[in-house]
Amino acid sequence: MITAAGVRKVSGKALWLKFVKKGTPYAYVAPTIMLMLILLFLPISMVITYSLMDNVIMNKNPEYVALLNYRTIFADPVFHEAIGNTIFFTSMSVIFHMVIGLSFAMMLNVKVLHTVTKSLFRVVYILPWVFTAAIIAILWRLMLNPNGIVNYILETAGIISSKVEWLSSRQTALYALTFINIWAGYPFYMVSLLAGLQGISPDLYEAATVDGANSVQKFFYVTIPQLKPIILSLSLLDCIWTMQQFPLVWMTTGGGPIHATEMLSTYTYKLAFSKYEFSLASTSAVIILIFSMVLAFFYVRHQKARD
Amino acid sequence: MWRRILGILMCIVMVGAMSIGCSQPASSDSEAADDGTVTLEFIQWWEPELPSGAFRALMDRFEAENPGIKVELISGPYASTKEQVIAGAASGTMADVVGLDGAWVSDFVKQGSIADLTELMKSAGYDDSQLASQIQLNGSTYMIPVVNFIYPVFINDDLLAVAGIESAPTNRTEFANAAKAITNAKNNVYGWVLPLSLEAPNGIQNDVMSWVWASGKSMLKNGKPDVTNSDVKSAVAYIKELYDAGVIAPGAFSMKEQDKVEEFTNGRVGMMIDSLAHINTIRESNPDLKFSITALPAEDGYQGKRGIPYASWGIGIAENSEHKAEAWKLVEFLMSEEINSELSSIANAFPGNKNSVPDFVKADELFGTAFEIYKNGYPANEFVGLPVAEDLMRSFDEQFQLMLEGEQTIDEMLEKVQAAWEKEF
Repeated sequence: MITAAGVRKVSGKALWLKFVKKGTPYAYVAPTIMLMLILLFLPISMVITYSLMDNVIMNKNPEYVALLNYRTIFADPVFHEAIGNTIFFTSMSVIFHMVIGLSFAMMLNVKVLHTVTKSLFRVVYILPWVFTAAIIAILWRLMLNPNGIVNYILETAGIISSKVEWLSSRQTALYALTFINIWAGYPFYMVSLLAGLQGISPDLYEAATVDGANSVQKFFYVTIPQLKPIILSLSLLDCIWTMQQFPLVWMTTGGGPIHATEMLSTYTYKLAFSKYEFSLASTSAVIILIFSMVLAFFYVRHQKARD
Repeated sequence: MWRRILGILMCIVMVGAMSIGCSQPASSDSEAADDGTVTLEFIQWWEPELPSGAFRALMDRFEAENPGIKVELISGPYASTKEQVIAGAASGTMADVVGLDGAWVSDFVKQGSIADLTELMKSAGYDDSQLASQIQLNGSTYMIPVVNFIYPVFINDDLLAVAGIESAPTNRTEFANAAKAITNAKNNVYGWVLPLSLEAPNGIQNDVMSWVWASGKSMLKNGKPDVTNSDVKSAVAYIKELYDAGVIAPGAFSMKEQDKVEEFTNGRVGMMIDSLAHINTIRESNPDLKFSITALPAEDGYQGKRGIPYASWGIGIAENSEHKAEAWKLVEFLMSEEINSELSSIANAFPGNKNSVPDFVKADELFGTAFEIYKNGYPANEFVGLPVAEDLMRSFDEQFQLMLEGEQTIDEMLEKVQAAWEKEF
């Protein structure tokens, strides 16, 4: 006989089972969601909130000022200069990282070299990547010093007649800094592309040879299309990383001379830790975040397309 | 079924543990143990700059003299200490006792993050007449310079002799003549070195504005910027003249203090304005270098007392400290005649206590000369206590570089600096 109490007991158990069944996946992802909320969304939302207040941290009772900080930042000529410099620095770095990385990867992938020779060169070429930004900055500051080895070599070779102030002159500082960043970053491309090159099937090259393709044609119609997914991923990631480069710029030039090497990162740092304008610094950080997110969007879309 | 329930329980435990971990209040800066022992946190950049273990030994003595108080040193390089102090000030978790640079004081006072030391001195019955200087704002002391590093002119004696100059320059004309005589661009030797890096723009304070203070003049008027005055203009014009004459070592616009010392140590520069703290570094790096020190040259004909640029290791107490009385005891200990003498001796600096005399003054001729310079002049650093002092130097530096490059006149430069500085006051 089915009693009312029995029905209630059964339906209660069924409800519990349903809850367990539906809740299990959420419970499994809960730790990750908590971590993301605490480590990602909370700081980001705090920075966004700061950017809408008058000077937070230094002001005990900050007030909401809507988009005033954004207007201030966008009206600042130094910010415009920082954007221009960041675009130049990032685009040149990414292009040359790619060109040099691919060239070295192809050199290391040739069959004519002995394995030991290739390993030796691999170690030598990867060296810049193992140095920290501080070491790279000190190293190049010494080498590009007016009395440094670079000027000595160029003077001895008769290429320059007087000492060039590479990092102290507005005419050369941005180029010198970009060069240092290219030098420091190409090995990452080289290693990744070398792995990609080694994964290309020799059958494709054999087929191309049978079709009468020369080396240049093989490069453009076999190698590049095969490496395209890696090249795109690397370029997008490098864009994001280079755009946010701070330690190297700060330790070599500090954004100077005058504003010749001012980047969005140094501009933001100065607002926070030199002017103590934390709301303006947050605004600048939000702008960098938006740029990064646009690039990240393309990266994710590209990854999805690959999948 | 049981597996699922177990899984859910585990997740709940993990989430709960994480929430508890994250919501745990930040540990207070000072802790009182069950036995009543108070542990003070002391953040500073001094310990790494002193001989290994020397500063800790002083703290051990303090602990022995003050049972019930322990000191935990939080040490790091200057730059990271600065960032940590700023972050601590913002979040209200500043260490109890804080190593301060005069350039930070105004902003911390505005923020309300450092305590009024005048009140603490009063309640402790402390006689402040023994202090060489105090950094005050609105009539209250917020920082006490523990030791001072003065910035005299270092002279490469050999280069000066080769240039045919017999004595150290005492005024601007003599300095310019000496710099021109020493300069030999072919041999890569220059008369003077001027660091203007924007990363650390303290060259404006130590190497540019010091020319104004050396003649007893000022860049302020009633505590407000006055950089367009004739004294600042004359100093800037003088440096521009030296720059145009080609007597300043190349690379000035990205040069930092350590680069300056390196140029001098390697014998490529005849004269530099630098901290006394570097004497031993120079001796160790180049034992053969013969050098001497002298006071910064003043304007021709100036007979008054000379302002000597200086940098300090300052000390303050956090407003959020729960143990201000104990923190003051530590400050008092460091400022006592005996300890201050000891600290200044190991730091190669001049004491913040008027009655202290560091050992090196008697033992080393150069330090003896420096002490004479210190006693005959007065410590001058007008950036101490100014709002966003580092940024004031940086904005001056940017306009100064443009002026040196000939892109604007001295008047235009000073007017722009004046306008930029006025915004910050």
